[in-house]
Amino acid sequence: MNPFSSETRLRDMIRAIRACKTAAEERAVVRKECATIRASVSDNDNDYKHRNLAKLMFIHMLGYPTHFGQMECLKLIAAPGFPDKRIGYLGLMLLLDERQEVLMLVTNSLKQDLNHTNQYIVGLALCALGNISSAEMARDLAPEVERLLLFRDPNIRKKAALCSIRIIKKVPDLAENFVNSAAALLKEKHHGVLLTGVQLCTDLCKVSPDALEYIRKRCTEGLVKLLKDVVNSPYVPEYDVSGIADPFLHIRLLRLLRVLGHGDADASDCMNDILAQVASKTESNKNAGNAILYECVETIMSIEDNSGLRVLAINILGRFLSNRDNNIRYVALNMLMRAITVDSQAVQRHRATILECVKDSDASIRKRALELVYLLVNENNVKLLTKDLIDYLEISDQEFKGDLTAKICSIVEKFSPEKIWYIDQMLQVLSEAGNYVKDEVWHALIVVISNASNLHGYTVRLLYRAVQKSVDQEVLVRVAVWCIGEYGDMLVNSVGTLGIEEPITVTESDTVDVLETAIKHHTSDLTTRAMCLIALLKLSCRFPSCSERIQDIIVQNKGSLVLELQQRSIEFNSIIQKHQNIRSALCERMPVLDESSYSIRRAGSLPAVASSLQGSAVTLPNGVAKPSAAPLVDLLDLSSDDAPVPAPSQGNDFLHDLLGVDLSSGLSQAGTNQTQKSGTDALLDLLSIGTAPASSSFSALDGLSLGQGTDTSISALSGLASTSTAMPATQPSSLVGNSPMVDLLNGFGPSEQIQAEENNAAYPSIVAFESNNLKMTCNFSKQPGNLQSTLIEANFINKSSNVYTEFIFQAAVPKFLQLHLDPASSNTLPASGDGSITQKLRVTNSQHGKKSLVMRIRIAYKLNNKDVLEQGQISNFPHGL
Amino acid sequence: MIPISRNNKNSGHLFPLIQRQILSPPLIIIIPSSKMIHFVLLISRQGKVRLTKWYSPYSQKERSKVIRELSSLILTRAPRLCNFVEWRGFKVVYKRYASLYFCMCINQDDNELEVLEIIHHYVEILDRYFGSAYFILDEILIAGELQESSKKTVARLVAAQDSLVEAAKEQANSVSFIISQATK
Repeated sequence: MNPFSSETRLRDMIRAIRACKTAAEERAVVRKECATIRASVSDNDNDYKHRNLAKLMFIHMLGYPTHFGQMECLKLIAAPGFPDKRIGYLGLMLLLDERQEVLMLVTNSLKQDLNHTNQYIVGLALCALGNISSAEMARDLAPEVERLLLFRDPNIRKKAALCSIRIIKKVPDLAENFVNSAAALLKEKHHGVLLTGVQLCTDLCKVSPDALEYIRKRCTEGLVKLLKDVVNSPYVPEYDVSGIADPFLHIRLLRLLRVLGHGDADASDCMNDILAQVASKTESNKNAGNAILYECVETIMSIEDNSGLRVLAINILGRFLSNRDNNIRYVALNMLMRAITVDSQAVQRHRATILECVKDSDASIRKRALELVYLLVNENNVKLLTKDLIDYLEISDQEFKGDLTAKICSIVEKFSPEKIWYIDQMLQVLSEAGNYVKDEVWHALIVVISNASNLHGYTVRLLYRAVQKSVDQEVLVRVAVWCIGEYGDMLVNSVGTLGIEEPITVTESDTVDVLETAIKHHTSDLTTRAMCLIALLKLSCRFPSCSERIQDIIVQNKGSLVLELQQRSIEFNSIIQKHQNIRSALCERMPVLDESSYSIRRAGSLPAVASSLQGSAVTLPNGVAKPSAAPLVDLLDLSSDDAPVPAPSQGNDFLHDLLGVDLSSGLSQAGTNQTQKSGTDALLDLLSIGTAPASSSFSALDGLSLGQGTDTSISALSGLASTSTAMPATQPSSLVGNSPMVDLLNGFGPSEQIQAEENNAAYPSIVAFESNNLKMTCNFSKQPGNLQSTLIEANFINKSSNVYTEFIFQAAVPKFLQLHLDPASSNTLPASGDGSITQKLRVTNSQHGKKSLVMRIRIAYKLNNKDVLEQGQISNFPHGL
Repeated sequence: MIPISRNNKNSGHLFPLIQRQILSPPLIIIIPSSKMIHFVLLISRQGKVRLTKWYSPYSQKERSKVIRELSSLILTRAPRLCNFVEWRGFKVVYKRYASLYFCMCINQDDNELEVLEIIHHYVEILDRYFGSAYFILDEILIAGELQESSKKTVARLVAAQDSLVEAAKEQANSVSFIISQATK
């Protein structure tokens, strides 16, 4: 012991850290303290162990590394006295977690302490084990814990019960060892033991069907009686919470009854009376009472059908919803969402109130209410609800607009009764919150507009008006620019006027004004500007009188620093100047975009489009009985209830997918990859479709440039466009040779394309592996010039409704193959296809051409904390890999 | 044991953490789903952490991230709003007592009202028995589950253990003990 040690006391250290003015200063103080603690640790200085550990915990809480302190915890735990152990265990629980290997070293000390004669030391060990035990420790120490369930002191029994919960969750196989003693705990009088015993039984039922059966048979009646006693018990000051005796025990009993009653009519019958009593008699003016009612409603909803009780439950929720306390309203919204599966009519009755909640000042309530409204929408109320939501969009908070917009778009797409309504609503959303609209949504809108030939004039006039008012809504501007480019003449000539329209007069030069404003507006990005250029090119053909002015605007971009714009401007200018003869053919209106191929593509590649709610929405009965005759509804029904991912062969990777489709549709030209790397290829592509064979080169180029793996944001339209054309392979040489477009494409020899074609010969995507829970799809590509090696991109989709964690994919191949695995994109796989994991593999086939690929796979993951292993062999690889 | 008050901002280490975050890929936080309470945080009104207790495994990096995200989410909420915030697919139930925010993270489908009641239960015991917040919490929750609904019992158990520690200290300071150590 050194009385002159430079060690500071804990309080002094905290004071010193508090006094720091800057981050650097704080770091310096912490560094100095850590150095002293280290020195003290290596000197084995017994007098300061407590203080050191206390300091370390404080430093840890500030976010600094404290690994060197872990061994100190272990030493203190191994010390004989209670004070040492107490602080040692505290440090252990804070500084370590189950994932650290050091933890294994403590198993032996824990075992000794669990057998200690001092019950407080036993309590400490149980607490630590319950909080941070790993699966291995759980297995090693389960017998001790099991024994402690029978310990004389109830305070140890209750700790042992909670510790057992951790053990059976870590190692579900051990559940059967605990069933008997757990059931015995239910007969105790001590509330702590009852509380934990009931909890243990609930968890046993969840991990083991046998335990569920056993407890259901032997304990249901006892539990009902117990709940009756608790409900009717007289005032007990020790457990009283605002007039209710032990609400915590109430809640746990109700929860266990829920598990027992679910799927079992007899058990459900047995608990009807007491549930009715709780539902009708519980005092609801205090939080504790409401917490019990909450649990009671949940239980009524999940046990077997009893209509009388359900009415009672729905009424309670109705009362909750009209409560003035925000907490209660939040809870009500949440529970109505679950109640919708049970009785959607009853929930519909509260629609007006729920809609009001969407406008609440509390973000949590707004969010819940919006999700609920989303579930309430059906064919009958969609117009009403959408109108209300769009009206609210105008005044909603900025941070809420994103969510709200996504939901409105999704509702409109899903339930739109007719195209004109769809277009009206979407344009309103774009005008209010265009910047929050996702790309695929406005792409879909363009597809719909393109298909509604009787509404072209109407739409373009509507957009013309809207874009004058909301210049800042980029997406609105884009859609307007596209429509003006395509249907600009209808704007000027007032073609196809509908009765509901106000007449407007627009001149050709007004129309060009819109485009000029858009291309020069400061908020316009590359995509918008590129779209403007195309629209201008198209108008130059339709409005001969403005041709010169248009040319001027186009020429202004000749010096653009953005390659894409510069190139377009130069090329378009040359079309206008030199190639009058093909210009009109080039600028023809786009043919109607193929809705079905777009919707498939979209559904296949963007499974999560229709919002994160999909997972839960899938099973809900709204939106059933959709008129399948209406092609629009069908097309846009991405969130279709039963088929979340209808296109199995399409994985998540848009890029490869696109490539595959493009190439198979007949790749004829190779070329300007290096110039086409912007996110706007799609537009060029669109153009190319409109102009038919003369520019077939464009879409092919597009395919290639995407194949290059540029980090562009690829517009979904591009793929759409190229598939819909289904172009026959044109002879490259003749086209290049004869076409007046040589100057656009000069310098790309045929040799290059042949090679490109060979290398990129399209390999179809395959579903490589599929089980009840999981689907794995593979996309293939080859690196140019290396026929032996194949890049495989595997996508994993979770078909179950539970998240998979610690997802690991392993693969093995025969000797003639070489395999290289890249790191996976994630190790967590969201539920219900709401995302995927991508894993890239590189396979080199030394017997290329003789043998085809074959692979064994093993997929391991954790589902509800249980290890799951799936294995399989993939032998359906496309030939020639 | 860890004093509950501390004034300076933990912006001390905020900057390096943010820098690290930019460089490294976003952390994926995995929480096993069957637990009632995933963690307990006590945060002061100024955003300083007073107590952390983790019932699900988080690396230290993740812990700092969780704390940062939640304090910015919770401390900015206006009074009189509901006591629940949704966060990364979980719910955080919080309640302010004086200048301290008590936060507990639970699953989407857990009973929020009950957790509010648990927080209140904890606060009442802290109020009644002056001792380490950590030791009291360990007598209330194990493995994220409630272990005792009687405030009296919790207070009694913590007091008994505190007096064990006191007794050990006294013994260590007693003259006879020092002599016996010296002559060993």
